[in-house]
Amino acid sequence: MTARVGVVTFPGSLDDGDAARAVRIAGAEPVRLWHGDAELHGVDAVVLPGGFSYGDYLRCGAIARFAPVMERVVDAAQGGLPVLGICNGFQILCEAHLLPGALTRNQHLHFRNRDQVLRVESTGTAWTNAFQAGQEILIPVKNGEGCYVADTATLDELEGEGRVVARYVGGNPNGSQRDIAAITNPAGNVVGIMPHPEHAVEALTGPSLDGLGFFTSVLKHLVGTPA
Amino acid sequence: MTTHPDPAVRETPGAFPAAPAEPRVATVLPQGGPVDAGRHVDAAPAADWTAGVDTVSQAAGTPEELQPYAELGLRDDEYDRIRDILGRRPTQAELAMYSIMWSEHCSYKSSKVHLRQFGEKVPPSDRLLAGIGENAGVVQVSDELAVTFKVESHNHPSFVEPYQGAATGVGGIVRDILAMGARPVAVMDPLRFGAADHPDTARVLPGVVAGVGGYGNCLGLPNIGGEVVFDPCYQGNPLVNALCLGVLPVDRLQKKDATGPGNIVVLMGAKTGRDGIGGVSVLASATFDEGSEQRRPSVQVGDPFTEKLLIEACLELYDAELVVGIQDLGGAGLTCALTETAASAGTGMRVWLERVPLREPSMEPHEILASESQERMLLVVTPEKLEAVLKTADKWGVLATAIGEVTAPSADGQPGRLLVTWNDHVVVDVPPGSLVDDGPVYARPMREPADLILLQADRAETLPRPSTPEALRETLLRMIASPNLADKTWVTEQYDRYVLGNTVLAQPEDSGVIRIDERTGLGVALSVDGNGRYARLDPYNGTKLALAEAYRNVAVTGAKPIAVTNCLNFGSPEDPGVMWQFAEAVRGLADGCLELGIPVTGGNVSFYNQTGAAAIHPTPVVGVLGVLDNVADRVPMGFVPRGGGDHDQLFLLGDTHVELSGSEWAWVTHEHLGGMPPQVDLARERVLAELMAEAARVGHLSSAHDLSDGGLAQSLVESCLRRGVGARIGVPERFADGSLPFVFLFSESAGRVLVSVPRGHEKAFTALCTERGVPWELIGVTDSASRALEVHGQFRIGLDELRQAHTATLPRLFGGPEAAQVEVEATRTGTTTVAPATAAQPVDVPTAEDAEPADAEAQPEPAAVDGSPRSEAAVDEATGAEAAEQERPTTEVTADATAPDAPAAPADPGDDEQSAASDKR
Repeated sequence: MTARVGVVTFPGSLDDGDAARAVRIAGAEPVRLWHGDAELHGVDAVVLPGGFSYGDYLRCGAIARFAPVMERVVDAAQGGLPVLGICNGFQILCEAHLLPGALTRNQHLHFRNRDQVLRVESTGTAWTNAFQAGQEILIPVKNGEGCYVADTATLDELEGEGRVVARYVGGNPNGSQRDIAAITNPAGNVVGIMPHPEHAVEALTGPSLDGLGFFTSVLKHLVGTPA
Repeated sequence: MTTHPDPAVRETPGAFPAAPAEPRVATVLPQGGPVDAGRHVDAAPAADWTAGVDTVSQAAGTPEELQPYAELGLRDDEYDRIRDILGRRPTQAELAMYSIMWSEHCSYKSSKVHLRQFGEKVPPSDRLLAGIGENAGVVQVSDELAVTFKVESHNHPSFVEPYQGAATGVGGIVRDILAMGARPVAVMDPLRFGAADHPDTARVLPGVVAGVGGYGNCLGLPNIGGEVVFDPCYQGNPLVNALCLGVLPVDRLQKKDATGPGNIVVLMGAKTGRDGIGGVSVLASATFDEGSEQRRPSVQVGDPFTEKLLIEACLELYDAELVVGIQDLGGAGLTCALTETAASAGTGMRVWLERVPLREPSMEPHEILASESQERMLLVVTPEKLEAVLKTADKWGVLATAIGEVTAPSADGQPGRLLVTWNDHVVVDVPPGSLVDDGPVYARPMREPADLILLQADRAETLPRPSTPEALRETLLRMIASPNLADKTWVTEQYDRYVLGNTVLAQPEDSGVIRIDERTGLGVALSVDGNGRYARLDPYNGTKLALAEAYRNVAVTGAKPIAVTNCLNFGSPEDPGVMWQFAEAVRGLADGCLELGIPVTGGNVSFYNQTGAAAIHPTPVVGVLGVLDNVADRVPMGFVPRGGGDHDQLFLLGDTHVELSGSEWAWVTHEHLGGMPPQVDLARERVLAELMAEAARVGHLSSAHDLSDGGLAQSLVESCLRRGVGARIGVPERFADGSLPFVFLFSESAGRVLVSVPRGHEKAFTALCTERGVPWELIGVTDSASRALEVHGQFRIGLDELRQAHTATLPRLFGGPEAAQVEVEATRTGTTTVAPATAAQPVDVPTAEDAEPADAEAQPEPAAVDGSPRSEAAVDEATGAEAAEQERPTTEVTADATAPDAPAAPADPGDDEQSAASDKR
């Protein structure tokens, strides 16, 4: 059976269609999930897409975190369900305390959209097992509040436990501490990433196909996990 | 001051016509709609006054009441027209409505007489589903799909409050597109600012760019192109134009007609506040002066999040076929939406104004009607579908409120009336058409600006030109670093170009290309262009040149141009000189579209772009839309990296003349503006476009780049830097001497394209050019290994030095992002995006055909093309050109020896106008 990967749409989600397309291209079945729907419809994994959920009011991801669907996502994630938060999704995961730290205003205060080189630091997660450790990939980054910050202890812990999933190379686009672009939880099933792998899955529309690896990874992971 | 409302009083003070109350009462009687007229008549006027509500009965009873129509921008005769139409003085609310609907911005009263040409000179097109007069033109691109696009100005608000002005400019045009039934899929922003190094530009530009990005990014619309232009003429009046592209299934096209008496009028979206009141009359229809700062309250405040929800809600309503008619609320707010929907259907409308959700409860009727609060749409729905509509709105968390109903035309077949009550007081009772269609129309006086002849006589062709390799090298580096030619990444990386996942090409490419059908690969290409300097020198041809450039930019991607939109930015129409420029520009655009065979589908006029007496250059911005049957065929602008010493050949299509007047070079190096802009030959542009489409389809091209500002040099540098591929160029023999290499590199002759052709395709491609009668010339080869741009016998500049010069300017001027990133992108995409660019094309031909790896000996020369059928013609062209250039060396001396500011009339041979021009001096 093909894996069913849920893509949540919050009011103000923008890259939900792109995430669903990426899931489809990777060979899985995208399942659209609605923010007000406290139900995951038995999906095997969940993607929290990029955008401006609830207009980024109060704080990026601060309101989305309380959406009915998020209660289920949090429970399931703690139970091992693979969850990928992209950009705004990363912000939501931090607000929901599934991931440590926070994403703040870019240091230079500008929204920035560019093709960004990343180095994959950890391939032990549900979303990066298709990459080689140390592999450099090119995927778009586009955010106004993508500057990852955490206290030193947390940063050291992330580094020590190999939970820094990807780092910016060739220029840090937002001032993130230690060039952090993506991190994971201790179990490795929840990954938050600021750049947009779903925008690098088609040669025609992306700077590369490097983003596809995140979505094929979760399929590999799911095959490995007893349903 | 308040002018006396009554013409009689104005002419013969003291003579007051008595106001017969009885007949007036009749006009109060509602045309359908359960209003008890009696009580209004009985209602004590005094009470109304103290309540601050000016009712129809009040108006009928007090004809001599002084009204501030002059302050609202209405002329005496316009005010009299209103009184004639109503048979009484207008109420406060009615006066507000007429003043904004009859403003320049809404009524096009100065431009109407000229814009008619777009309808009269329209070329035959079976694609046009909706044209001028609709919210936006709609063009069919396949059996199932249509696209709609339009560009609008938000100039004045953006000067007063850059961020919100620009943001709401995007929001406004997006709602226009949405109102047609389309899903907005991309935006573009042609921007013009004052001198790049002027302190106020440092205030306006970052705010405008952040506003465009802040709104568009949050809406989830990719920004795929636009312009950033600097010129002192825009110092006190920047131009912020916004274009939006939408896609719809052919059968989902929406109408704005409020048909069906008894249907419900629903206001959906944001609450109504005091923001933007009088925006169109106060801001858009008046010249800036001291105190413009105090107009900040007239600028609307945007909330992209609400607009995003509004978009999704509307699209869901369309798909469920729940709306009869829909209209966006933009300039003139509720007033415009109510009157236009009713007028276009010939129906009437009954509106309970107190039902409009307000941000500020204290708002008065005229404020509610005039408010330009953003993110609102007006829907007309059948009663039985009202609940479903409200349910959909609720799902998306947008407010939707039934505020009125459609009423029948009157028995005598006359259109219905718009009747608006506020807490049971009739505050408006007007024929909707009188606000929409019966506005004043002016044939304003026109006169060619007195200084134009002198300006045209002062030709840039006579300026001293660089004539040594060193000078040429220095000029090139200076040009590519000049603000108008410099890399615009500092601006464009603040825009999301990836969202929606269908962006195939985006800035800095010649056109934005969007895939609109993932199944078939169908896509559209869009470009917006304008050149205020050309238009200043010759508004008629300057506008044709803008059209030609946008058309060419679309064509070089391989797309077939099919439709045109425009935003005409001009000074005050009350200035005969400006009015002449406007008339010439419209004539040029209408004639041009006829020649190219593509219709104008809609557009926007922005007058009063001046501060005090100084008008901006006439700035017609033209947008052209093209279709690509398969976006995989699209041709990018960057040279393609090749391995193993392989290279592509570089061809220059079109003819290069000595055309430097109005050029970027004349401006950058001499601060000179004068002479006549380059010739424009739309018949040849058309042939060129057909050639490009054919060549792209069969895969002859690995890259194609339009030549415009900065000439060949600029295009070469951009094509090299795009993906970090060098090139070696040979200057054709006839351009070998004196300053002719400079002309070859920097002339801005129109109708030219730089293409790179993979080995093995040269013969077929050049044969195609010859067959189509497009002049072509082999001018060089790409060189992936050299990492330099070399012009044989002139100079060699490393790509790193070029990139440094090209990318450092904007960051230096506006701070923030460093420019280094471009290199990474370039090289990395070089190894990745190549695939789509060439996959569909047999680029890497068998190396058997690769003779020697290109080296200095292989430097192409005109002779190299001898023997090809085209060569004869090519030589003819050459000799023709040579003849014109024979005396060049001698004249060079004259010209170069002449001081920059001296006219140097006798210089420049082979030029007819020169003598005439110098006579005029």
